[in-house]
Amino acid sequence: MKLRVTPIGNGTVIDHIPAGQALNVLKILGIDRTTEATISVLMNVTSRRSGKKDIVKVEDRELEEEEVNKISLIAPGATINIIRNRQVVEKYTVDMPDLIVGVLRCPNPSCISNTNEPIKSQLLVKSKNPVVLRCVYCEQPITEKIADYLI
Amino acid sequence: MREFSRDEIDSVLDLAESLEPYARGGKCEALSGKILALLFFEPSTRTRLSFETAMMRLGGKTLSLGPAEGSAIAKGESLADTIRVIGAYADALVIRHPKEGSARLASQFSPVPVLNAGDGAGHHPTQTLLDLYTIRKESSLENLKIALVGDLKYGRTVHSLAYALALYGADITLVSPPTLEMPAQIKLDLAGKGTSVYETHDLDEVIRDVDVLYVTRIQRERFPDPYEYQKVAKSYRIAPENLVGAREGLIIMHPLPRVDEITPEVDETEHAVYFKQSFYGVPVRMALLKMLIGDRLD
Repeated sequence: MKLRVTPIGNGTVIDHIPAGQALNVLKILGIDRTTEATISVLMNVTSRRSGKKDIVKVEDRELEEEEVNKISLIAPGATINIIRNRQVVEKYTVDMPDLIVGVLRCPNPSCISNTNEPIKSQLLVKSKNPVVLRCVYCEQPITEKIADYLI
Repeated sequence: MREFSRDEIDSVLDLAESLEPYARGGKCEALSGKILALLFFEPSTRTRLSFETAMMRLGGKTLSLGPAEGSAIAKGESLADTIRVIGAYADALVIRHPKEGSARLASQFSPVPVLNAGDGAGHHPTQTLLDLYTIRKESSLENLKIALVGDLKYGRTVHSLAYALALYGADITLVSPPTLEMPAQIKLDLAGKGTSVYETHDLDEVIRDVDVLYVTRIQRERFPDPYEYQKVAKSYRIAPENLVGAREGLIIMHPLPRVDEITPEVDETEHAVYFKQSFYGVPVRMALLKMLIGDRLD
């Protein structure tokens, strides 16, 4: 298969994102129009492993493991490649943290975390596969349509 | 309530038992010089007065924010700020607030201990503790067979109570109209803890077979059709004739206020313990206050 985007010299490549989730990955990472780094987004690339996948490349920025692990909520099998001088110097699969802070809002409209209190949403990870999250405040579980609750 | 272990619950109930004589008027100065702030952002009579009584019976003082002031504050100021300010005036806070999770938020911002007196449709843990205390005093928490009756869908007290009873290995029968059954997630959680849960719509079927009938109010507003409500409410009304053949030691509990789920004639029977239950809120809340703000040395 011919790659439509050339390899990057330095930065981070997020590979094996489920097809269609690349924009949500950018959202979770806080990458938006104010970001100065060059970003390449590939969607619906043919993959031997999963049929179709998305890929995100962030140039000249090495994402920290802690921030990148948040994407495991919607892309649990994603792999992170840290590139320096065109060489992969580090490669790992994202791992879901035990507590998700400020990424998803609680689905319960009566929850105190959905008001104007000076707090960030906090969701405990009760199970990683299947994903079961529970709001630290009101204890409401989230098990599906997780991307719908992205802040 | 789910975070409590059985040992922790037992230690609260043991202390409540030792404080009961003081709840009945014996002189006690254990919390003399201490101040409890009552922050009620929603109306409540029983819970608020019972906390106030508990604090006064221990020789302490209370200050309180009524629902009117509470809602005025809630409009402009964040709960977090209110808690930080009033937390600096008192030795402990009691909070009732319409939003779920509000007590946990309060505990994050408060410099002093926070007691949850009900957070919307969420939890009401002190009610659960006083329910357990009542069962322990008037019946037994060992090998208990209990029927939870009425609105099991929206009633937060029965949800918390069911989780707590699971710690004691109780046999739980759920009796409700089909539209007000206990949420499936809670039934799954209970079954996961090894609790035997049986479900029925027929109250008469279980009345002779249990040690405790825990009755809750079926709210009229849950039914769009008044005729439907009348029919359901009537089939879950307990009168002396329903109690023929019941176990001798059967106790009937109710978190109150009751409307007509239990007829006044039942009050005269030995089965009725709901007014004692309401009183037991005082020693139980005394125990919690003493544990949280009492001197550790005495």
